[in-house]
Amino acid sequence: MIARRLRRAGRFLRGEVLVLPSRVLVLLFCVGLLALPLFTRDPYVLRVVILSSLYAIFAASWDLVSGYSGQVSLGQALYFGAGAYGSALLHHHLGWSPALTIPAGALLATGVGAVAGIPCLRLRGSYLSLATLAFPLILTGALFALPELSGGELGLSGLQPLVRSRLGFYYVAVIVMLVAVFTMWLIGDSNTGLLLHAIREDEVAARASGIDTPRYRLLAFALAGLFGGVAGGLYAHFVRVAGPSTLEVALSFQAVIWGVFGGVATIYGPVVGVFLLYPLTELLALVPWLGEHRLLIFALVVLLVLRFMPQGVVHWARDRMERECLRCKSRSVATRRACRVCGADLR
Amino acid sequence: MLHSILVTGLVNGAIYALLALGFSLVFGVARIVNIAYAGLYMLASYAVYLLLQVVGLPAPLAVALAVAAVVVLGLAVYRVVIEPVREHESAVLISTIALTLVFQELVLAAFGGHFLGNPVWVDGITSVLGVTVTHQQVLSLLVSAAALGLLWLLLTRTRLGVAIRATANDREVANLMGMNVRRVEMWSAALSAALAGLAGAVVAPLTVIDPLMWQGPLVNILAIVVVGGLGSLRGSLLAAFLIGYVEAATVFLLPGGSYLKGAVALTIMVAVLLLRPEGLFGVAFEEER
Repeated sequence: MIARRLRRAGRFLRGEVLVLPSRVLVLLFCVGLLALPLFTRDPYVLRVVILSSLYAIFAASWDLVSGYSGQVSLGQALYFGAGAYGSALLHHHLGWSPALTIPAGALLATGVGAVAGIPCLRLRGSYLSLATLAFPLILTGALFALPELSGGELGLSGLQPLVRSRLGFYYVAVIVMLVAVFTMWLIGDSNTGLLLHAIREDEVAARASGIDTPRYRLLAFALAGLFGGVAGGLYAHFVRVAGPSTLEVALSFQAVIWGVFGGVATIYGPVVGVFLLYPLTELLALVPWLGEHRLLIFALVVLLVLRFMPQGVVHWARDRMERECLRCKSRSVATRRACRVCGADLR
Repeated sequence: MLHSILVTGLVNGAIYALLALGFSLVFGVARIVNIAYAGLYMLASYAVYLLLQVVGLPAPLAVALAVAAVVVLGLAVYRVVIEPVREHESAVLISTIALTLVFQELVLAAFGGHFLGNPVWVDGITSVLGVTVTHQQVLSLLVSAAALGLLWLLLTRTRLGVAIRATANDREVANLMGMNVRRVEMWSAALSAALAGLAGAVVAPLTVIDPLMWQGPLVNILAIVVVGGLGSLRGSLLAAFLIGYVEAATVFLLPGGSYLKGAVALTIMVAVLLLRPEGLFGVAFEEER
């Protein structure tokens, strides 16, 4: 029984994963993240990977609403901040434990996402992007106006961490990230994802085909809120502060930069973007002269990459490693002459 | 109280109008959301500071040089950064955000992150309706008003202005009518950079400047152009004063108002969008729906 399962898994690995360089890279990435503590337990390295994981969930949640449904959100920090503040407020004022407040904060962020999505249903394109930019700033203003509740400009500090040891938190963050990203990828690959693609390409045509487009657009906002809220809640209970920086315009822009740098409408693109760019900025901080100018270098890297690969890194790299079969649309390694599935000539 | 609101709102509104019109111009003509525009505004303030304080030029010359420099830079940005990626809407957005960060960091490296005060161009105060107004505020208001008037003449009375408005209205037809659309775009990019530069220059003596000064106005510009209707110049003008006054009223009337001023402006924006998604004066573009 077990032997058969194992054999089937082995066949799947050889037949479906090892044949494509991109899938091998995904496998190496997952295994590498889980095995990293075997090689180093340096708290700084763990911290960088933890934050990268949290930001990866956040950037992928941006992709779900912006890449798939085409509603380019410039205010993704709303969900991150709603998750962070939501769980911090419940923890601070009601004394709930972080294990409860993070899911509660994520649910709150889901609600916030749906509420913010309602006015956006009437908007398209640039208008929608600019309207989403406003929401986190409105929430920031409201929080600043209620300093007793929210702690004002300093935010709520001294929160209890979710897991005491850094290694423990590392595993929580990495596993939550892998599960969340895989879930988002499944959603993107499902029927719902296909409908979101259709809405992005031509909403009128989608509606004419009998799709309740407002419902799916709202669903995209709510899902982005859910995953953004998970990232925000974990973040608050990792750095132990929920402050206005979780709602900043800069954070929303970061999500967009990571997402577009990696490649939109893929879910794994933004994850690649975060895992390339975030450690890069952290590495630069260690070098004496470059550290002062790391934001400058970060911006220049983004500018140059977009100038030469406007589709994002993932698409660029994939097009170099793999080739799509013209007949059956499945992908094969670029070194093969014939398609691995249908045998059609790839030249 | 009421008079303070009136005066502050007028001065803020005029500066917002300069900024929002420049932004609308490029969006209307080229359909580009250029975030680097706010960076140009910040750079103009620093250029005026540099020329006045460090080089020691007289104020009119310093302003003229600063605006000219910003126009050259704005055109270079358009050609080098925006045009190559303009087919990809999100790439334009991110490139211009990244570029603004580059500007910010360069200014930070050159001038430091602390607030810098600029000398006023004219001294003295007058009392208008019982409100104390500095002469500098009056001068800034006059310069903005003159610039707005000139822009209006340019857009309505010259061939270039007609071409700009025609291109904004319908790009393909303008092209078919023999207008060089690309050149019109370059002209509107230059004009918009000039407006950003002028706004930066007249703001410099009114407040302190710092490398992050582009963020606040950016949000306001976006609120204004959305309320007015993206690409609508008349709408932007009216919405600029609307937001300017609302901001002034929030600061003077509400407790903790200075925290809320951005939030109130943006709430108005969301409210307008709910009632009239294309903005007060916007036209619903057929192909963009």
